[in-house]
Amino acid sequence: MALELADVRKSFGAVVALRSASLSVRAGSIHALVGENGAGKSTLIKIVAGVHRRDAGTFRFHGEDVDFGSTAESKAAGIAVIYQEPTLFPDLSVTENIFMGRQPRGRGRRIDRARMHREAGELFSRLGVSIDPRRLARGLSIADQQIIEIAKAISLDASLLIMDEPTAALSGVEVERLFAVARSLRDEGRALVFISHRFDEVFALCDTVTVMRDGEYVATWDIAETNVDALVAQMVGREVGELFPKAPAEIGDVVLDVRDLGSTGLFQDVSFQVRAGEIVGLAGLVGAGRSEIARAVFGVDRYDTGSVELLGKRVPARSPRAAIRAGMAFVPEDRRKQGLITESSVARNVAGVIRRGLTRGGLLTGRAENRAAGPWAGRLEVKTSALDMTASTMSGGNQQKVVIAKWLATEPRLLIIDEPTRGIDVGTKAEVHRLLSDLAGQGLAILMISSELPEVLGMADRILVVCEGRITAELDRDEATPENVMFAATNSVTHTGTEVPA
Amino acid sequence: MSDTLVKPSAASTGSRLVKDLLRSRELAVAVVLLLLIAVTTAKSDSFLFASTGWRDLLLTPSSLVLLAVGQTAVIITRNVDLSVGSTLGLTAYLTGRLFIDTSLPIIVVVLAGVLMGAALGLVNGVLVSWGRVPALVITLGTMYIYRGAFLTWAGSDRINADDMPRSFRDLGTESILGIPVLTIVAAVVLGLVGYYLHTTRGGRELYAIGSDPDAAQLYGLSVSRRILFAFVLSGALAGLAGVVSAARFGTVSSSVGQGIELEAVGAAVIGGVAIFGGSGTVWGAALGAFLLVTINRALPVLGISDFWQQAVVGALIVCAIVLDRVLVSRQERALIAAREHGPDAGRTPADPGPDPLPTAPQGPTDHEEVVR
Repeated sequence: MALELADVRKSFGAVVALRSASLSVRAGSIHALVGENGAGKSTLIKIVAGVHRRDAGTFRFHGEDVDFGSTAESKAAGIAVIYQEPTLFPDLSVTENIFMGRQPRGRGRRIDRARMHREAGELFSRLGVSIDPRRLARGLSIADQQIIEIAKAISLDASLLIMDEPTAALSGVEVERLFAVARSLRDEGRALVFISHRFDEVFALCDTVTVMRDGEYVATWDIAETNVDALVAQMVGREVGELFPKAPAEIGDVVLDVRDLGSTGLFQDVSFQVRAGEIVGLAGLVGAGRSEIARAVFGVDRYDTGSVELLGKRVPARSPRAAIRAGMAFVPEDRRKQGLITESSVARNVAGVIRRGLTRGGLLTGRAENRAAGPWAGRLEVKTSALDMTASTMSGGNQQKVVIAKWLATEPRLLIIDEPTRGIDVGTKAEVHRLLSDLAGQGLAILMISSELPEVLGMADRILVVCEGRITAELDRDEATPENVMFAATNSVTHTGTEVPA
Repeated sequence: MSDTLVKPSAASTGSRLVKDLLRSRELAVAVVLLLLIAVTTAKSDSFLFASTGWRDLLLTPSSLVLLAVGQTAVIITRNVDLSVGSTLGLTAYLTGRLFIDTSLPIIVVVLAGVLMGAALGLVNGVLVSWGRVPALVITLGTMYIYRGAFLTWAGSDRINADDMPRSFRDLGTESILGIPVLTIVAAVVLGLVGYYLHTTRGGRELYAIGSDPDAAQLYGLSVSRRILFAFVLSGALAGLAGVVSAARFGTVSSSVGQGIELEAVGAAVIGGVAIFGGSGTVWGAALGAFLLVTINRALPVLGISDFWQQAVVGALIVCAIVLDRVLVSRQERALIAAREHGPDAGRTPADPGPDPLPTAPQGPTDHEEVVR
């Protein structure tokens, strides 16, 4: 056994993250670790990585009892970890990011840059990507950042490689390349742990799978002996019903009216409407301009032409503040960076946007914040023991709920939500979807951006397909199929389906 | 969809170096400095050509260069050291005292000054890296503490030129091949620190720590030890600067070095060292120090009043920071553009491949880092 964890316990203050976690990984195998958000997967691997120390339990690495006090120790022992969120130095070159702390050295202990760049180039060609090794990490897309992380981990020559959702940001081709590398590492006798919410990947890549739920070990299977339904049932501890339960709601008046919106180089001639009670899905490929459109509508980014109207009133450009006052809410794609103040408590995050109404004599008290935040957090079933817990210590799913709670507290008329369930597990996904459906039922207009086709098809009343900054198709719920959405998304020429009304 | 990736640039090493140099802040500061010297010399040619003109031009900035170099090492790690002015004062006084009270050889006195500076820097470093208190607050505190210790120790006492041996004072005036000795000392230190920051693991880790402290922790870098080292280096160089200023001016009063810590920060910022850490070079900081000192000397020659001298320096710092923001946001946009519209990044109708769902991210989302 390369890695053996048994009955590992860990708590952060009053919150128990791991009750009794167990995981045994054979050398020369790829082991999947699955579980809902908040099940404790990330905490478990952070213990292996030396970021956290376990409170109790067994932790053996290659048969020896270990207890890592820092990431440097686990690295030295031969453990490489690809974290869910890329951790790069924006001011340094891609190559330096890969080799930081263990750069190849030439004479006189100086760094051998030529060799370092060459080795980076070799890593990239092994991964089948072409990235300029001298380029700064600043401005890289999340997919590129993830590739750098992978290159970094591979270059460590580790005997145990842990990947926490490495594919969340990658495209199909990149995923295949990563899998090829992972298999070759396995065949060299290394152990790999693969955390993913995508079951097709788990079944395509892994040899064994361990299920966790609520900080506890549930079961370990040979991949051949199980199937998706069984895994999902064990993860959530209940049979999953409808995954995308958008209930039909009464469609009301036009809430958002966007006309001829354009921003040079990003998108052009974007016109659409969203009505009360309606969920409009923005579908499209990577970089098609969906998020850019949403950000312009909300006033975060500028636009050059066109207008945005909410409830018949023009919303000024470049002012999120005015947009919020007009009744818009925006749940961004990257919740850690843009949606949350991760150092602050849940209550403060939720109360943040409605502070104006909460102050008494210009002062804001913690009590007022808690009072305002309580009902919202409760309604969304955020699993935190207390409202004063900081957002950074919560799981991705719970963070997303806090972000949504934060905006619902402003009582918006239009909710723009970018990738509502990205990196969120099956159970919480369904909860988020049910929530969106309920909100639409109460007359909220929702503009949802999603890269997951089933999500768009299941949730949206109407689908707008964006390709290269233009809306190339508008499809009603009953006429949308995966095929025609994909076709519109890959074809900049307007084609079948309903023409976009000007 | 590897078209989101950035192709390696085809440019040769040589042309890349030239391009980098032309874009560098160091070159811009150097050009401004040369222009300033040229204009001032045109107005009054004794500024450069009088017997002391050339010497003063090179000699006056030497202690500020030392401080700016140390300050750069600290700022790169996303910290700041405000105590260097007081450290400089203390070591300058120590130098004088050692000459008066002992008959130690000059080299030992110099080393004693450097060691004392390093010890004072160590205090800062320990408090910042293990106390987990922001460096701004810690070094503001130690700035007053060190200054207070200096005042208590020196009282109304004052070191005069006669108290120091002739050969030591000569260091302040002597030249080798037309270059003052103290300037050579500063240049050697500059070269060593510049080499360290650019080509050693320790140096690169200082940049990494400043660029993203959390990531540095996850990389397993010894963050505390590196930050500690940066403060010790800054303290040691402030100590050396104290010795240098004693040799240069021949007198040490209790006000020596007052306010110079802010000049050191200003020099680094003007030279392109990002105040939030992670980027900048000691070469830029040294040029910034040269520019600051030369402005102070040139403006009276140009007939500009004292009041405006301060304002000009301030304006320079503000401009430097604004320029940094603009440049970073332009660079970021260029890097994003390079990613999206790379050499052969023409978007081909995607081959859905084994996973037909478009699941990669939504293009640039990093804009607000700049907007912020």
